[in-house]
Amino acid sequence: MRRLLIWLPLLVFGAFLLVFVKGLVLPGDRVVTSRLVGQPLPRFTLPGGVSGQPGLTTADFADGKPKLLNFFASWCVPCAAEAPQLLALKQAGVEIHAIAIRDKPADIARFLGSYGNPFARIGSDVDSNVQIALGSSGVPETFVIDGKGIIRHQHIGDIRPEHVPQLLSILEQSK
Amino acid sequence: MMAEAGLGLLWLAAALSLLQVAVGALSLMGKGEALAPLMKPVAILQGLLVALSFLSLIAVFLSSDMSVKLVAANSHSDKPWLYKLSGTWGNHEGSMLLWVTVLALAGAGIAAFERRIKAETLIASLMAQALISLGFYAFLLFSSNPFERLSPAPENGMGLNPMLQDPGLAFHPPTLYFGYVGMSVAFSFAVGALLTRDVGAEFARAMRPWVLGAWIFLTIGITAGSYWAYYELGWGGWWFWDPVENASLMPWLASTALLHSVTVLATRDSLRAWTIMLAVVAFSMSMVGTFLVRSGILTSVHAFAVDPERGSFLLALLALYIGGALTLFALRIGTVREGTRFDLVSREGFLVANNLLLSVVLGTVLIGTLYPIVAQAFGQQVSIGAPYFNSTAGSLGLLIAFLMVFGPVTRWRRDDVRPVLKRLMLPALLLAGVTVAVLLLAPDINILPKIGMMVSAFVILGSLAPLWKRNLRRTPLFTIGMVVAHLGIGVALAGMAAEAAFTREVLAAAKPGQRFEIGPFSVTFNGVKPVAGPNWTALEADMRVERSGSGKTFTVAPQARMFSEPPTETSEAALSTHWDGQLYLVLGKQDAQDRWQVRMWWKPLVTLIWAGGLLIALGGVLALVGHLRREARSRWRREYWMG
Repeated sequence: MRRLLIWLPLLVFGAFLLVFVKGLVLPGDRVVTSRLVGQPLPRFTLPGGVSGQPGLTTADFADGKPKLLNFFASWCVPCAAEAPQLLALKQAGVEIHAIAIRDKPADIARFLGSYGNPFARIGSDVDSNVQIALGSSGVPETFVIDGKGIIRHQHIGDIRPEHVPQLLSILEQSK
Repeated sequence: MMAEAGLGLLWLAAALSLLQVAVGALSLMGKGEALAPLMKPVAILQGLLVALSFLSLIAVFLSSDMSVKLVAANSHSDKPWLYKLSGTWGNHEGSMLLWVTVLALAGAGIAAFERRIKAETLIASLMAQALISLGFYAFLLFSSNPFERLSPAPENGMGLNPMLQDPGLAFHPPTLYFGYVGMSVAFSFAVGALLTRDVGAEFARAMRPWVLGAWIFLTIGITAGSYWAYYELGWGGWWFWDPVENASLMPWLASTALLHSVTVLATRDSLRAWTIMLAVVAFSMSMVGTFLVRSGILTSVHAFAVDPERGSFLLALLALYIGGALTLFALRIGTVREGTRFDLVSREGFLVANNLLLSVVLGTVLIGTLYPIVAQAFGQQVSIGAPYFNSTAGSLGLLIAFLMVFGPVTRWRRDDVRPVLKRLMLPALLLAGVTVAVLLLAPDINILPKIGMMVSAFVILGSLAPLWKRNLRRTPLFTIGMVVAHLGIGVALAGMAAEAAFTREVLAAAKPGQRFEIGPFSVTFNGVKPVAGPNWTALEADMRVERSGSGKTFTVAPQARMFSEPPTETSEAALSTHWDGQLYLVLGKQDAQDRWQVRMWWKPLVTLIWAGGLLIALGGVLALVGHLRREARSRWRREYWMG
């Protein structure tokens, strides 16, 4: 008994060491992926992001065609960086809806004026409620939603040119 | 030139530590008796060289030599000199150099001043100390060179994170490091004593001042860090159970336990194996803390750079030192004779209870801090928050504080329950009174603050019990130190309980001219004006405060600051301190309707938390001075009689 007790601290330390090694070896990935991939889009109704424009609701995703749902904000620099890629996706025939996070109509209009407007509809989520409901933790993030309103894919961070073909193929598979 | 000199000195110090290990090993194997006298001078020289190396890094920072990569990345020529100075340790490489400097200076300190333990044990301890230094020299030289040059040199540096540009924080890391690394002496002594099988009262008396000194620094460092987080982060809280805070709390818990068990060993020659174990654990916790902070394995508000190579290096050192010491413990402790026995109701008994409970708290904090890593290793993501720590460590802490009162009024070896309770009659009456008062006057507050208020009253009066009916002038200084430190625990506890129970909060979008009532104050928001400082501009709110009843008014001015290099916004809370608490005001953002977000807190008795922390440290200082003075006197007497 006493012998075991004497070796116990070393054994406990050894166990911690293994965990540390594993923690270091694992990719330093602190990105939080949504648990909702494969689940239907949560229900929401948002007012229009730009004054005078219609808002965005869950029903807008149920017309049988796969779509992109982009979370952005006028105060977000990477969102401006991904704007050309979103325009390219639109040119390729993709319908993109957007949700503006913690933003003001005038700022959104100015942002779209400078970087182009690839969005069919923009909803305004002033307190991030819809963003949280979708399990998204930051901007920009882009979801692929299939024609039945099921979330197929989550893209975290800005869309770089090399991501465009990947997103297009996921959209194709979601048909 | 200065940078190259610093690097050269660092290499020399590393070479000396290698020499120190070799000489130590040879003389322990009985082969190098001729070399043994080298040990002390080499240790002292090593300390001096690395201290000079650190001074040259300071000089490089003060002169804003942007051709040194570290300066360019962490400093800026426009910065006030104090922050150029603190920029030296406000980054990974510099802080690791400070770490190893303190380590080597501690080794030099042992070599220069330690006369109590056997020569053989001293050599073994110095060898252990040099072995630790050697690993960290390798870490600095091969993976974190602070003196690396940058070509071409930039015009201006990147600047120091503005959060760190604060006089309090400039000296917070060095204070903590003195504490962390000071524990290395206890560790090296434990390893030395295991190697020579020399564990006893004399050894404990030698270890005690080092443990006490390191513990004082840790206490001050944690207290200062907590106050910094409280006023600089602008969140109104004083402890967040953040991994980095826990990294400083765990060595403190271990060293508090060690402090008490080393006293038992020094006075009664009991708890030999346990004291050795705690000495190993205390410094291991310091190293684990350093690893957690420096490897980036945990996410925390202290966002340090993540570098897997450095993490692996530190982990290898950790495995080597902690694993080595624990193996040595397991192999050797069986041969250490068992110490003196004692009764359950005795001062030793209460100290053992204190030690066991402190260890359990240490375990819960360790598990809570590491659990996210464990979960991540099994593919899950969790974060452990304040509710876990408060309910486990918090409630156990209250139990420890309660039991703490009994130890000092109990006799060594054996005592009876009845006289002990009799000595605590007055505190027990106060406890009953406060319990009734809390239950009647504040029935709605949470259970932990409620018990906290009761226990703090008991501790404040009970900690004074050892001085009851004693002639203060003839009471040994270290006893007064113990009383002051225990009193500090009670005072801090009172502050924590009052803050948790009675804080008032107002969050508002304020229009100029609007008035708010909070606690005993009414606050009028008079608008916002721009102000400028040396390397920042700010929006400053003008808030007129009136204390109801007294009719006294004063102005407070919280700021939202914009720093230019690097561009960062910080919130400078305005704190107005009163005898019975602090009014805490924060200015937030402006909204579209020209309203300003304002957050206001009235925190009754919150200052007692840090006052208590300082009392604990002061108690430590008094105890240290008391022990050193008594030892000097008895040494003098010995020499006088023998001489």
